Amino acid sequence: MGVELATDRAGFHEMEEVNFSDSELVYHVRHALQSVPLGDSDSYDQLIGVLHHKERLAPDEVALLVTSLKALSGAVSCIDMVHHKSLLSSIFGMSLWNYGPDVMDALLELILSLAASSGNYLDCSLDMLVSNFMPPYSLLDFLKQPRGLARKDQVLSRVHSTLKDIADLVPLAPSRLVPIVIQRMPNVFTKEPLIMIYVENMLRLEGGAIRELVGNMMLVALMDRLVDLDVEIAWEEVLQDDCSKGIFEMELEDMEEPADDVENDGGELHRGSLSRKSLGGNLIAEKLDSLMVLTFEHLESCEAGGRLIEVFETLVLSFQTTVLNAFKSKFAQFVMFYACALDPENCGVRFARVLADFFVCSTFPPLNRMSAVAYLASYLSRGKFLTASFVANILERLVVWCLEYCKIHDGDINPKAHQVFYSGCQAIMYVLCFRMRSMMNVPHLRSQLLLLPLETILKHPLSPLKVCLPSIVEEFLRQAKAARLFTVSETFIFSDLLESELSRAFGGIERLDMFFPFDPCLLKKCDRFIRPNFVYWSMIRTTYDDGEDSSDEEPAEDYEASHPDDVMNDDAMARSYDSHDLELDEFDHSMNKMSITPKNSLYYRFGDELKVQMPSRIRPSTSPESL
Amino acid sequence: MEGLRVSDANLIVYVHPSKANRVSQAILRELSSLLFKFNEIFDGVVLAYDVDIPSKDAKILPGIHPYFGVRLKAKLLLFSPKPNMLIEGKVVKLAQESIHIVVLGFSSAIITDEEIRGEFKYKIKHGEAVFVSRSHKRHVIKVGTMIRFLVKSLDEEILHISGSLNPPHTGSILWLDKKLEDASPSSRSTKKRRENGESREMQEHDTVDGGVFSLDNSHHIKKSKKRKISEES
Repeated sequence: MGVELATDRAGFHEMEEVNFSDSELVYHVRHALQSVPLGDSDSYDQLIGVLHHKERLAPDEVALLVTSLKALSGAVSCIDMVHHKSLLSSIFGMSLWNYGPDVMDALLELILSLAASSGNYLDCSLDMLVSNFMPPYSLLDFLKQPRGLARKDQVLSRVHSTLKDIADLVPLAPSRLVPIVIQRMPNVFTKEPLIMIYVENMLRLEGGAIRELVGNMMLVALMDRLVDLDVEIAWEEVLQDDCSKGIFEMELEDMEEPADDVENDGGELHRGSLSRKSLGGNLIAEKLDSLMVLTFEHLESCEAGGRLIEVFETLVLSFQTTVLNAFKSKFAQFVMFYACALDPENCGVRFARVLADFFVCSTFPPLNRMSAVAYLASYLSRGKFLTASFVANILERLVVWCLEYCKIHDGDINPKAHQVFYSGCQAIMYVLCFRMRSMMNVPHLRSQLLLLPLETILKHPLSPLKVCLPSIVEEFLRQAKAARLFTVSETFIFSDLLESELSRAFGGIERLDMFFPFDPCLLKKCDRFIRPNFVYWSMIRTTYDDGEDSSDEEPAEDYEASHPDDVMNDDAMARSYDSHDLELDEFDHSMNKMSITPKNSLYYRFGDELKVQMPSRIRPSTSPESL
Repeated sequence: MEGLRVSDANLIVYVHPSKANRVSQAILRELSSLLFKFNEIFDGVVLAYDVDIPSKDAKILPGIHPYFGVRLKAKLLLFSPKPNMLIEGKVVKLAQESIHIVVLGFSSAIITDEEIRGEFKYKIKHGEAVFVSRSHKRHVIKVGTMIRFLVKSLDEEILHISGSLNPPHTGSILWLDKKLEDASPSSRSTKKRRENGESREMQEHDTVDGGVFSLDNSHHIKKSKKRKISEES
């Protein structure tokens, strides 16, 4: 047990070249501490001097440091808040990142003893541990080397196990830890590597041994920070190419494309260039991007650990209080989207229900309800993982609510007074723009859709068709006509207007009429998580684009010539979506064999090979006309 | 175990008008915010409550927000360890310099080596750190042992207790209870019976440790036991 202190530079002269047992050391340190109030602080000062060595320690200095720290842990009961202030501040000021594993262990043992010895030191100890979540500024470059990564692992695994040890000894410690972690969280202007490593630690707490006590708050704080970063990015920055048209291009990128599709004027190309140009060099966007990726990976690990549902509950609550209230959040909502994509049956369904509940609940403020229904519409349209029948059910709920509203309210167009109603109608139409074709292909959904009292609502004197965004109304009417779902006798001439006086009015100054939260995510690193689960407008086959596959191909080929990499992805995605669509069809057909049409029986007979190998060019049409 | 008591409290909870349609939920939430915190008015830590709202009437507080005050009667289980009380807890860590204890599952306590009476000797037995009594070899304190100790002070913010094992009637509960039995001049058969009773009582302690409400019975028993102990010593 003896430790030899063979050093002449070291702290305790009287200890030189003598073997001491641990308890003698402890006794010595206690004596040093106890003599401070009596006016003799020589040994005490030497002790503090030892703690301040940190640059390039020689082996003997390391040994001395370790010994002193160990002796101090034994003498914790003699440390006095008032008399040993400088000692405490040097202990709590030490950074684990500067030392090797031996010193780290000894220091953490001392921290643990301090935390458990009296209520006074608990907060300081936790604070010290939390401050070690991040390396000192000077070590940032070191972290990029393999040695740095090894050090990071050494430090963080120790910090977290010490936090757990403290929680074991002081059961109420986690409740003190949470505010400290949140308060120490770096702000949006901190360098990316630092904020990344801090968030990594927060997620480690969320997934770690004391997650039941602190996990929720970690997620909530993380979501808050994501929203903070999000709002730092102005909408103008999202679109740099054309300032005058910026917002509309971004918002209605997918609205413009139907026109592009038909006219073959290279809409794809336009979008490609948009996503590449935008946000380049925006530091905050890059930080947000990296943090989102961290969050996605964490969600994946939760899914693997089978606790995504419980994490999702926290996310939903936090979503309702932060993202939903934030003015037009741009990216943070994709955390929800990805969580839903990981577990469509539970989280995916839950999210849509929460949003629908929020929309129909009259006690919430109208703006929040409009925002909720905008999220819902965008989510139902863009989530590739949602089944057509589920979308139909939620749609039905919205329609029922709108119908009730029509029954109670009378009178003329009044965008301001009935804004919630108009936003509901717009949501219904928006979702149908995306989903009408796929629903029409499934017999029972088709009949469900045809039974919806859309006509009563849309032809009500409140005239939602005149108030909602003309671009959406136009696309909807076109598809509805082709699908024989709904026709209007009155002709609407929009002349390709994106918005109108009335739509602006119902959106209010917040412009919630133009809010499509799950429009394509422009963050580069997030893209690979979102893309496979995402429905792009270019993948959508509308009810009217019959046998236009050949014409669809052309712009894509043009595009391919200029952007070979990008189009490959996009095309592959489109194809996989199609095959997914066929799968769905097939499933539904096997459920309803009675109504198999010749075209569908073709699917049925050819089975899987057809899905995989059939070139898109001669893919059989699935339009409602052929039913 | 001392330091636990049930108090009847007459309270008025002021409910925010936005909670008007969920009053009982709002009241429970308000009361729950008292839990596991030291409260100077009650002079203790609220561990559990049982609430009764005798009247449906509430008094409206005039002002910008018309809060309404709901009168209620609550039974509160309070934990208020005072110096020189004997309380019980489970040892979670043991070192030469200190014993760390968790009381009732939420409050941490420490006994430093100055507060461990000289009778106990620190040893490493089978790789496990223990304190063994010099005079009674069977009197052992190790991690997991339930011990009875004296309160010296309480940090009200963190609910951290500093305790002492100096008085002779402190130490491992199991051993103290056994010793009590041996000392009582009773035949072997009654001792057996007692032992059974004793183990039942131990279980009761365990439930107390989990923070469960009723413990008046065991409280009484212990009181008498303590008197016996003091008569002995």
